[in-house]
Amino acid sequence: MIRFDQATKRYPDGTVAVDELDLEAPSGKITVLVGPSGCGKTTSLRMINRMIEPTSGTIWLDDTDTASMPAHELRRQIGYVIQHAGLFPHRTIVDNIATVPFLIGTDKRQARARAMELLERVGLDPAFAKRYPGQLSGGQQQRVGVARALAADPPVMLMDEPFSAVDPVVRDQLQDEFLRLQDELGKTIVFVTHDIDEAIKLGDQVAVLRVGGRLAQLAPPAELLSRPVDAFVAGFVGRDRGYRALGFTSAGTIVTRDEPTVTMGESLPGSDGSWLLAVDPSGAPQGWLHLADEPHGGVVEDRMLYRGGTLATQGGTLRGALDACLSSPSGRGIVVDDSGRLIGSTTAREVLALIEGLPDAAEVGA
Amino acid sequence: MIGDVFSWLSDPTHWQSTNFDTGIWGQLGAHLRYSAIALVIALVIALPLGLWIGHTNKATWIVSAANAIRALPSVGLLVLLVVIIAPHFYGRTDTGYVIPTEIVLVLLAIPSILSNTVAGVQNVDRAVRDAAYGMGMTGPQVLFRVETPNALPLIFSGFRSATLQVIATATIASYVTLGGLGRFIYDGLAQQDYPQMISGGLLVAALALILDLLLALLQRYTVSRGITGRTRRSDRAGHSDEAPDPRSAVLTEDLAPEAA
Repeated sequence: MIRFDQATKRYPDGTVAVDELDLEAPSGKITVLVGPSGCGKTTSLRMINRMIEPTSGTIWLDDTDTASMPAHELRRQIGYVIQHAGLFPHRTIVDNIATVPFLIGTDKRQARARAMELLERVGLDPAFAKRYPGQLSGGQQQRVGVARALAADPPVMLMDEPFSAVDPVVRDQLQDEFLRLQDELGKTIVFVTHDIDEAIKLGDQVAVLRVGGRLAQLAPPAELLSRPVDAFVAGFVGRDRGYRALGFTSAGTIVTRDEPTVTMGESLPGSDGSWLLAVDPSGAPQGWLHLADEPHGGVVEDRMLYRGGTLATQGGTLRGALDACLSSPSGRGIVVDDSGRLIGSTTAREVLALIEGLPDAAEVGA
Repeated sequence: MIGDVFSWLSDPTHWQSTNFDTGIWGQLGAHLRYSAIALVIALVIALPLGLWIGHTNKATWIVSAANAIRALPSVGLLVLLVVIIAPHFYGRTDTGYVIPTEIVLVLLAIPSILSNTVAGVQNVDRAVRDAAYGMGMTGPQVLFRVETPNALPLIFSGFRSATLQVIATATIASYVTLGGLGRFIYDGLAQQDYPQMISGGLLVAALALILDLLLALLQRYTVSRGITGRTRRSDRAGHSDEAPDPRSAVLTEDLAPEAA
């Protein structure tokens, strides 16, 4: 648990970056600090490991006052991930990951063995171990940054906009893997972002800060979407709140219809419908074929596919189910199982019926 | 003329010392000795000072001051120092001339080592320094484990240019009666023996190039491959892992995470 107790940061020129912040980040949960630039979110985060010293107030790490020990000892107990990863260019990947164990005097061989485990854990090939940061892409470097923060197995992790410098596809992937990792590890995490979507996706609770370093609202993401406390929070949380809130509600078991399919590489069957779903030999949907465009009896090729439709997972969220229907060119939303194989299709009307049938519309996601 | 220079250099009697004359080997040794002493002293002063200034960002005026010293004319300063210092030494010793020479050479070497060291440390990526402190390194650990290794290429280039300058300028030792390869240049000039003079110049240039080559080799084996970018070709194709699968456009919401 991390607790801010009246923590304040005032600079000599009188600027107040963080103003008497009271906040508790519970153990084993992800607390996201979010807000516009200048709201003091990064300052608050950096006060925890004393990269910035608070002017007044106390920050508690469980029952320890963080000011009661030398800063470098405090920092070795706290994982720290920053925006551009900040890997050491002169060290190999494995030695980058083992930075903290080396510092605290862990046996070198043991530290490297642990680093190799972490490398795989964050989804990188062990062949990367002997490479240097300059040889890795931004997303790969950021994974190494996460592995480095985990190396000494600290109970607490601080993450300062770790995914904001990578492209959206990789960011999405990193976020998903981060959540999966957190499921296994259960660290106490404080995460800073300026991206409200990221905050809502990752946070167990979200703290919205306003300019001047004041806490505007602290709430679980679903509550933040359904009940912003004031106009500032409502404005910051943004549009599409109702739609995004569906991301917190399970769709339950979606009733599906069988969907006729054709396997990639086979010839087009005669079919009366105008859209036909193409699947690969394992049964994973690949995209839609517009039969009116294609010569009868032709072989199904990649270039013929319309790939606009997203896939809903059986047991996933209402948002995923509705989006699958809305994005599908045929209007039929594709539902797949956990391993990505086709189950069947549903329609927006049926998903809407599910949404309207929720016990209490006001408690969506609560 | 070129032939004359070649025959001067290939004459074995010019290489060996006699009772009356110091040969090329002897002067080469003296030249190296003056240069090495100056470079070591300059390194001992400028390297720690540069690391400290770069790390703390304090007293940066020292760098400007050191650079201003570059404007001093070496020969003029040498003559001035000899006039001041030499009278304090009597008898069969050349100390009164060696000390002024070394002072001039040290002053010549310090600015490039100092300013390159400071620049090298200051240029370390902010995120890298931030991460080093954030991981729990102490100030000295950040300096020696992170900043210095990353500053090494610039420190080396400063030391190499200082070496070139010192080797070239050490010829002026001969201007104040001392030995060194400058002897052939000044003697050749005085005796209008141009092959000797040109040979002296060539020897200095060759010495400077050889030393630079040796330092380049040392640099190659000291600086991390991660900084120089000299990495094995097989390792370079490391960017494939995140090339998006062409199919992932369909698989956005729930399936992508399983890919890892």
